Amino acid sequence: MKSFSYERARTPAEAAASALRRPDAKFIAGGTNLLDLMKLEIETPAHLVDVNGLALDKIEATPEGGLRIGALLRNTDLAADARVRRDYAVLSRALLAGASGQLRNKATTAGNLLQRTRCPYFYDTNQPCNKRRPGSGCGAIGGFSRQHAVIGASEACIATHPSDMAVAMRALDATVEAVRPDGTQRTIPIADFHRLPGDTPHIETTLQPGELITAVTLPKPVGGAHVYRKVRDRASYAFALVSVAAIVQRDGTGRVALGGVAHKPWRVEAADAELPRGARAVAAQLLANARPTKDNAFKLALAERTIGAALSEAKG
Amino acid sequence: MKFDSPATTNPIDRLKVVGQPFSRIDGPLKTTGTAPYAYERHDVAPNQAYGYVVGAAIGKGRIAGIDLGKAKAAPGVLAIVTAENAGKLGKGRLNTAKLLGGPEIQHYHQAIAVVVADTFEQARAAAALIRVDYAREQGAFDLASLTDKAKPNPITSGPGDTAVGDFAAAFAAAPVRLDARYSTPDEAHAMMEPHATIAAWQGDKLTLWTSNQMIAWNAAEMATILDVPKENVRLDSPFVGGGFGGKLFPRADALLAALGARAAKRPVKVALQRPLMFNNTTHRPATIQRIRIGATADGKITAIGHESWSGDLVGGKADGAVAQTRLLYAGAHRMTATRLATLDLPEGNAMRAPGEATGMMALEIAMDEMAEKLGMDPVQFRILNDTQVDPEKPERPFSQRQLVECLRNGAERFGWNRRNPQPGRVRDGRWLVGMGAAAAFRNNLLTKSAARVRLDGSGIVTVETDMTDIGTGSYTIIAQTAAEMMGVPLERVKVRLGDSAFPVSAGSGGQWGGNNSTAGVYAACVKLREAIAQKLGFNSTEAEFAEGEVRAGNRRVPLTQAAGEAGIAAEDGIEYGDLAKKYQQSTFGAHFVEVGVDAATAEIRVRRMLAVCAAGRILNPKTARSQVIGAMTMGVGAALMEELVVDKRAGFFVNHDLAGYEVPVHADIPHQEMFFLDETDPMSSPMKAKGVAELGICGVAAAVANAVYNATGVRVRDYPITLDKLLERMPDVG
Ligand SMILES: Cc1cc2nc3c(=O)[nH]c(=O)nc-3n(C[C@H](O)[C@H](O)[C@H](O)COP(=O)(O)OP(=O)(O)OC[C@H]3O[C@@H](n4cnc5c(N)ncnc54)[C@H](O)[C@@H]3O)c2cc1C
Ligand code: SF4
Repeated sequence: MKSFSYERARTPAEAAASALRRPDAKFIAGGTNLLDLMKLEIETPAHLVDVNGLALDKIEATPEGGLRIGALLRNTDLAADARVRRDYAVLSRALLAGASGQLRNKATTAGNLLQRTRCPYFYDTNQPCNKRRPGSGCGAIGGFSRQHAVIGASEACIATHPSDMAVAMRALDATVEAVRPDGTQRTIPIADFHRLPGDTPHIETTLQPGELITAVTLPKPVGGAHVYRKVRDRASYAFALVSVAAIVQRDGTGRVALGGVAHKPWRVEAADAELPRGARAVAAQLLANARPTKDNAFKLALAERTIGAALSEAKG
Repeated sequence: MKFDSPATTNPIDRLKVVGQPFSRIDGPLKTTGTAPYAYERHDVAPNQAYGYVVGAAIGKGRIAGIDLGKAKAAPGVLAIVTAENAGKLGKGRLNTAKLLGGPEIQHYHQAIAVVVADTFEQARAAAALIRVDYAREQGAFDLASLTDKAKPNPITSGPGDTAVGDFAAAFAAAPVRLDARYSTPDEAHAMMEPHATIAAWQGDKLTLWTSNQMIAWNAAEMATILDVPKENVRLDSPFVGGGFGGKLFPRADALLAALGARAAKRPVKVALQRPLMFNNTTHRPATIQRIRIGATADGKITAIGHESWSGDLVGGKADGAVAQTRLLYAGAHRMTATRLATLDLPEGNAMRAPGEATGMMALEIAMDEMAEKLGMDPVQFRILNDTQVDPEKPERPFSQRQLVECLRNGAERFGWNRRNPQPGRVRDGRWLVGMGAAAAFRNNLLTKSAARVRLDGSGIVTVETDMTDIGTGSYTIIAQTAAEMMGVPLERVKVRLGDSAFPVSAGSGGQWGGNNSTAGVYAACVKLREAIAQKLGFNSTEAEFAEGEVRAGNRRVPLTQAAGEAGIAAEDGIEYGDLAKKYQQSTFGAHFVEVGVDAATAEIRVRRMLAVCAAGRILNPKTARSQVIGAMTMGVGAALMEELVVDKRAGFFVNHDLAGYEVPVHADIPHQEMFFLDETDPMSSPMKAKGVAELGICGVAAAVANAVYNATGVRVRDYPITLDKLLERMPDVG
């Protein structure tokens, strides 16, 4: 771990301004991802801005009938919130399918969205990795890529985004709220928040330097049956091979997003439209142009079958 | 004491303390966090500095240049030891690769430096400043491509190859035949407590507070490597947080702590960082196995052949996967063969029942496949091919062999008759349900073991032996043995383990620890009883030790009085004659597993597990059960998820942390049942006990594999059985 300086921000705007001012600054929330990466010198911030004291840990109703989830709300509290459980059950389920009780007690909304990939080559600083060291190459391409992306990847990087929560938020059409270093606010639809790797896999979101997430808002409830199906090699405490967040209405219409297949939560509007026609049609749209590796080609069939399982679960 | 004729009645047979289900006497220390594990022994030496290990970044090659400048200048750094400045190091006999590499690099993450600093954080930060230039060399990393070049090699338990009768002809002539290939991956011990050592020098005397299974081996080995007299090295390892064979040998933590302490002139502690644990240390090597079985139409095996290929560094060992096939089933014509390829991956070595664990993973699927070809029930097929003698040397009977009883008893308890022999037919909601069975088999090993026993004036019996308790229950069964022998309650016995200053024991490994170490304590107690009887003027064969007294005729003397102020002590050990040559000593069992396979996603979940074991006298049913259910859990890991994935380009295990190397979590393990059959084995030792723990893992994975087949109709012969290997052939769900 590199030495770093540390400050406790007092207001969101001050945090953002601080982060912009200091070179190599990073916000720290729960620290469950950042600290691990710092110990391994995968992240080497020179300055940490602790945002835990910013009172961004509330969850409140919006005038539009939705919910505004504070950036610092712990995953445990978000999953347990009665309104979330009632109206956005897919989000509760996705959260509870992730990590462990102890980690969820620390992990925050913003930190979860910004958690970094679990690609093993990213984690081993002896190995080439364009995400960790731009231009060094990609160890996973031609290497062990069972966990990796089957769609939306590039020649530079085939990593996946590991979050479960984000997949549910994508299905819910959430919006990310951020404050800029100059104190102004903006909102980013979750669809535009995470980026595909392209030539710059180290740039993972559309946040600008210094920008701080303050909240994630959910539009007003859409009803329907909420399902989150996470498929993994062991029953708990593992990242998804494939996950499916689905919201299905009585008439068979709805939305579906996939986790574990791309550099971001994966949703295609055209696939939603296929829902009444069943899993095969949905998967065909979602995964058109998929380019899996030898190790992870199984994810295509798995995604289709898991969508199928999610749809039957939704039917009850 | 020489044990060279079958055991007769002795004080252990009273079974007042031995054989009772006592909770572990070290349990409260562990549950309160007060058992001192190696890295946390802050009190044993003052002013401990911290070492951080640097692992090689390449799979094979040389260090062309190493720049320590920046690291040396970093805050808090006291010393940096590399092969260049470590001085001459000897070559031990227990490890294949060097514990401190350079300039030659033999495998990925081989230690090349230790940075010693005032704090752990300083050592870690400085380690990251070391710059190393490597000259990479082409290495061999792919076992499957090297099977043709592999050479014959012996296995730990005997020759690599054996042959009886005319296998080729008998197999060719058999009306029903199976010829199948199986593979098992490299696996990691992945124990909770990493390798860890605190080292301190006093002049040329070295003390290592460490975490190790085999104290005497390792004290000697460290002396050889450091080139100091054997008596100058003391090892102390009273508690071990899991070893599974990974701590049989000294590892880099011990050597680098010793070298670091010498260089820094201060005690130094080193724990291997978790990401190094998978490539720096030893692992269970991958195997490729071919099994051929020929049988008559009514299911009698006439020919059985087992070949195994594994790889290791030059000078390394072959996995003994063929071992059990020499002994488990009848058949007049037989062959086994072992081939070893040279690989540049990290060192392969012992892990959880080495040999039988991997061999049974393949053999017991083969038996299931063969039963199906014969149209027989797989449990019946095994029963039909039982043998009561060593099939390669029929003049050697088994000392005890209750395989058939285990299979029958287990089948009954499990409800095996409810199994539908047609695969893929049983459904429970979204789950395809199947049952599988496998035999369990592991040899019983005899090895000498000594102890010292002291009775003091307050009636406390203290046992000292360098035996280790690696979470197995050694403290407890040793205390039970001494209590039984001396006729005192368990609370009156103190047990001190793991110190090389104590008499040399069997140590922990190969499921030999329990029977041999308690037999050693038995021997020492016999001697102490004689000394006490003699002191009291009793005839030692008549003296009875019970309820804190020595009794003979109508004389009764309290032990406190017998001991006197000064106390009385004795030391002895058990040594074995040739009973193990005349009688084959093995342990047996049967595993039954029910799995559910998600019809859509092919996720596999174990629903029920049962093991029935026959393994000699069970010294403590509670600790023995705990060993077996732990082993069953590890068997589920081996069946369904454990795999060190090889990057065949760079030559290393890619998933080298506990996020990437998955082992079962609680949610993966259902209710486990296990039963021991009544057995005493007078050929094994005066304790009449045998090994227990490793038996529990042998066969489990195959029982899971067979259950998956029964559930789905998909036969997977390459472990681990992950859902991607089933998916293509799963039923259509639309
Ligand atoms: C063993 C383990 C298993 C796990 N399993 C799962 C799993 O199965 N599924 C899953 O989804 N996740 C899993 N996780 C990941 C876990 O969800 C994340 O570590 C956690 O959500 C991160 O939140 P945090 O608050 O601790 O983030 P931190 O570690 O504090 O921060 C993460 C990143 O977010 C940035 N950041 C934090 N707050 C803000 C803000 N307000 N504005 C801008 N940037 C910010 C930080 O600078 C940093 O880059 C696992 C983690 C571990 C360690
Ligand atoms: S897939 Fe991405 S994260 Fe993984 S090694 Fe390649 S560039 Fe790095």
